[in-house]
Amino acid sequence: MQKLNRRLGFLSSLPILAVFLVAFFAPLMVVALFSVMPPKVFNLTNTPDFSAYSVFFEQGYYRSLLWSLGMALGSTAILLIVCWPLAYGMAKVFRGFTLVLTVAVVMSLFVSENIRLFGWVLTLMKGGLIEGHIRAWTGIGFDSPLYGIPIIVFGLVYVYLPFMLFPLAQGISMVPDDARQAAADLGATRWQILTQIDIPLAAPGIIVGCLLSFVLAAGAVAEAKILGGQAVITIADDIETAFTFGQDWPLGSALSVILIFIIGSLSLLGVSRVDLDRIMGRKR
Amino acid sequence: MNSDALLRLENVVKKFGRFTALHGVDLEIHEGEFFTIVGPSGSGKSTMIRLLVGMDEVSDGAIWLRDKRIDETPAHERPTCMVFQSLALFPHMSVGQNIEFPLKLRRITPGKRKARALELLDLLRLPRDYYFKRISQCSGGEQQRVALARALAFEPEILFFDEPLSALDYRLRKTLEKELKDLHHRTGKTFVYITHSLEEAMVMSDRIAIMKDGRFEQIAVADEIYSQPVSRFVAEFMGEVNLFEVTSTGGLLSGSGLEVDPDVARTDLPEGEKGLLMVRPEYVRFGDGTDGFEYTISGRLLEEYALGSRIQYEVETAGGRIVTVEKLREDRATSESGSDVTLGFDAANTHLIVEN
Repeated sequence: MQKLNRRLGFLSSLPILAVFLVAFFAPLMVVALFSVMPPKVFNLTNTPDFSAYSVFFEQGYYRSLLWSLGMALGSTAILLIVCWPLAYGMAKVFRGFTLVLTVAVVMSLFVSENIRLFGWVLTLMKGGLIEGHIRAWTGIGFDSPLYGIPIIVFGLVYVYLPFMLFPLAQGISMVPDDARQAAADLGATRWQILTQIDIPLAAPGIIVGCLLSFVLAAGAVAEAKILGGQAVITIADDIETAFTFGQDWPLGSALSVILIFIIGSLSLLGVSRVDLDRIMGRKR
Repeated sequence: MNSDALLRLENVVKKFGRFTALHGVDLEIHEGEFFTIVGPSGSGKSTMIRLLVGMDEVSDGAIWLRDKRIDETPAHERPTCMVFQSLALFPHMSVGQNIEFPLKLRRITPGKRKARALELLDLLRLPRDYYFKRISQCSGGEQQRVALARALAFEPEILFFDEPLSALDYRLRKTLEKELKDLHHRTGKTFVYITHSLEEAMVMSDRIAIMKDGRFEQIAVADEIYSQPVSRFVAEFMGEVNLFEVTSTGGLLSGSGLEVDPDVARTDLPEGEKGLLMVRPEYVRFGDGTDGFEYTISGRLLEEYALGSRIQYEVETAGGRIVTVEKLREDRATSESGSDVTLGFDAANTHLIVEN
């Protein structure tokens, strides 16, 4: 009986382990293996070479990767600054209104991302909701802000806001009120409380929020395609193209492996510094 | 201002919406004093300390620190400091960093900061190698000392305490009470302490203020509050007490089944006026009616309770009134429960409370 108890944890995790193995690990292995195949082959029986990886550098795919990472970094930074006051309010000030905000933000997730982005296109395009009305009333038109890098970053900020907001609010709610009051009592200004009490104590929430929005934004396609009109090509877009129009599975796989490697290492680094149990409220 | 008080409250009012937490309170606290504000929960003592440290704003009235009005000064600009009930230590900093926090804010160099932190560890009798310890590695009593050290590092004009010992177990609390009193002597700082525990207040304080319903009921030295309370509330709040409702008749206090020796000192309470005759349990004696006590009352011994060094007796007198008697264990009475007894006490050990 005791022996069974000890193995109960392992046994009860078996179903999900099986799912992970079939649906997650196996495809990943296939991708990893394809990435070392010669160009444009569709089976794994060829002699491995690393030509797909050299294509990454030779044909400028690294630029897509840099754009993706750069825009992800930018949108994460903007999200952090934009969400902090809101998250602070949700954690410490709003009380009942926090629920309203939470429901409102979650509701936006019910609508498909693409549809919401097309909504922005209709709003912002030349002759669209904003420019069209202004031109009709004043006779003065202006260029659409669409199809540029700033609007892509805006799209990323807009779409991934919940993924920063909620972990951040959770992190800030872990900052004890009396620690802030004690700091003020000991002579700390608001800025000093922010930098020396709030940020260090909310760090787990900050790290999780940043990781989520960065990882999602780095793998994003739709914002650059729909709002950006492919002003820049993201790495995820390149991967899709390689697998579909390009019919070059080894290239797509190599690009995927590079992206997974970079994002995976960043995530592991971040997660290793956070006590996830603490965020989930399982221990203090 | 023309007052030698260090801290002075003038008609301080605090309202929360329609609820008035403090009704125009006046108070003077002197330099170097250990002043304790005692009251049950809801008496307004927590509101009071929040106003004093600047975590809340007064609705009316003024707070003066020496000759400077401080009631509109924000907490971080006030030269006072508080030890929180929760201690509010910073969990992400080491013991040393916690103590140095106020010094770091003042841009004092790391070398000087550390020297001061080590001095404070010595003062609080914590080992110097605690400097590098994490807060979570310290016991409750040690955390208490770290919180004190951090507050002292701030070098406040007044050090406030918001029930910092209430979460600790009895023994540790007793030890820390004495340490705190000792620390007060050694530092010469002004301590203002808030508690709901009278015992705590009695052990440490120079003066005590009793709070009730947002007002001060009595402000006096501990002995005076114990032996000469101004009201039933104070008398009962300050521990076990016997209160007899009496009326002044023929120059003597009578009522509640008390028998009065006619030779007893006459009362100056006007004829027919009512009052409460207070006698603490330790001044009530068992007798046989011939011991010459100035007041006697007879009853039946109900129960005996051992309170450690003392024994407490409950005696039921005429009309069902319970009279409490306390004796040292070595003077333990021999009467058995249920037996008839006569109790006596002298006028010199009583105090007459006249409530308006």
